[in-house]
Amino acid sequence: MNKLALCITSLHKEYGNGFQALRGVDIEVQRGDFFALLGPNGAGKSTILGIICSLVKKTSGKISVFEADIDDDFSLVKKNIGVVPQEFNFNQFEKVFDIVKTQGGYFGLPRKLSEKRAEKYLKLLGLWDKRDQTPRMLSGGMKRRLMIARALIHEPKLLILDEPTAGVDIELRRSMWEFLRKINEDGTTIILTTHYLEEAESLCRNVAIIDRGKIIQNTSMRELLRQLNTEFFVFDTHKKLIKLPRMDGYKGHLVNSSSFEVEVERHQSLNALFANLTAQDIQILSMKNKTNRLEELFISLVQPHEEKAEEVSG
Amino acid sequence: MNVREQWIAFVTILVKEIRRFTRIWPQTLLPPAITIALYFVIFGTLIGPRIGRMAGFSYIEFVVPGLIMMSVITNSYGNVVSSFFGAKFQKSIEEVLVSPVPSYVLLSGYVIGGVIRGLAVGSIVTCLSLFFTDLQVHNITITVTIVFLTSVLFSLTGFINAIYANSFDDISIIPVFILTPLTYLGGVFYSMEMLPKFWQDISMINPILYMVNAFRYGLLGVSDISVGWAFFMVAALCIVLFCYASYLLNQGKRLRT
Repeated sequence: MNKLALCITSLHKEYGNGFQALRGVDIEVQRGDFFALLGPNGAGKSTILGIICSLVKKTSGKISVFEADIDDDFSLVKKNIGVVPQEFNFNQFEKVFDIVKTQGGYFGLPRKLSEKRAEKYLKLLGLWDKRDQTPRMLSGGMKRRLMIARALIHEPKLLILDEPTAGVDIELRRSMWEFLRKINEDGTTIILTTHYLEEAESLCRNVAIIDRGKIIQNTSMRELLRQLNTEFFVFDTHKKLIKLPRMDGYKGHLVNSSSFEVEVERHQSLNALFANLTAQDIQILSMKNKTNRLEELFISLVQPHEEKAEEVSG
Repeated sequence: MNVREQWIAFVTILVKEIRRFTRIWPQTLLPPAITIALYFVIFGTLIGPRIGRMAGFSYIEFVVPGLIMMSVITNSYGNVVSSFFGAKFQKSIEEVLVSPVPSYVLLSGYVIGGVIRGLAVGSIVTCLSLFFTDLQVHNITITVTIVFLTSVLFSLTGFINAIYANSFDDISIIPVFILTPLTYLGGVFYSMEMLPKFWQDISMINPILYMVNAFRYGLLGVSDISVGWAFFMVAALCIVLFCYASYLLNQGKRLRT
């Protein structure tokens, strides 16, 4: 049995104004995966997702979802996909419950089953007490959750989320992560685009990075993070510091009188650094990773392309 | 989707459409009733008696079928064009586009929704007309069939208009500049016999003339044109427009980038 949930081969998209949004994209997503599609604004992420769920017409290329080709059996493909778009796209005058229930009807679910599932997912996403309100009465975070409930009504095998936590506060974002982790553990394959790289790092096992319509990285999250050569740590100390402690082989600088920053290269061990500090009777109260690791890597991957483009255009 | 799933999807769209126009009944059902009631007052009570008889009937008897048909046409058209364009404008149409609903099911749901609104308003107007005149029915089959087909035709026209429309201005251009003139010149208020030969010939290219006259024939038993030809034309136009609207949907015209 083919283990792929999604297979995209040589996908091209040229818009009517001649803009080439996608220039030969190849992506494979395994069944059960939690997959991140990352890239700067305008890189082509939403175009790919739009083509998969039929809101955008491809120029050329092949896409199959759970072995069904979108050109041959789009009906089956659509049954297997749930979509959470980037922009709110529900009827602002309909009630929350009706929005979710109606979506079930579009997928051919009998009314009773639609109602049961609508109740289930609205409860799971904490929206049950808002069921008789219209989306206009909901906060941004609630609207995002409503779109997730709507996308799950037919219990798709592949859930596509286009920036699902954009504009959502941190507490709510984390509860949505928990929810997504749970449905992924239950067997739903998830593809996610996000600008919060921390989100991708926390949730996703595999990742593709797209820039200017081309995939520039397609690997596991672990492998991607392994490419990081340097990490920055900030240490908080018990005693006040007058100057930067001696750290043989490590670069660093004093942040303030009770903390300092250290640059640790991949081949360096933190044990040696701690031994060094202990020898000087410096007690470390806490330690934190200064930057988002994936963010750093992302910038290093995308920037060379941007510089190259500037050279060409300049 | 199997047939049962398609039926569920169709009913879902239809129920959604009916819920929409009944939810906003002060905008959808009440205004046409008031407007047509005013026509009845003016033409039935105030001006009608001075105009005299037309095609063998009192003026109010003559205009009632035309006014019922006018309300059916404008409301069938208006329901679909505003509902579908509204869904496009709010992007809620994407809910259906990402689902496996075939284009003919989507189209049928919207069209029958428009038909039900047209028939609902037509029924209200018919009931109102009873306060002004006695209503006779010459041929119930012709009456019901022609009103249904006309409603389907203008629902389809509204759907196609909504597909092409990019703004709310675009959905008001057709009703204001095409639909209203064609309706007013379609024999609602007068018999073709009253027109000079030249204008009679020009009127023959107005499709609404055929629908109004076929409906009037169903109620009163008089018509300026051949009822058989009217049926053929309306049915043929329904088929052509249904195919064209399905084609536009399949192509994703102004719906998919």
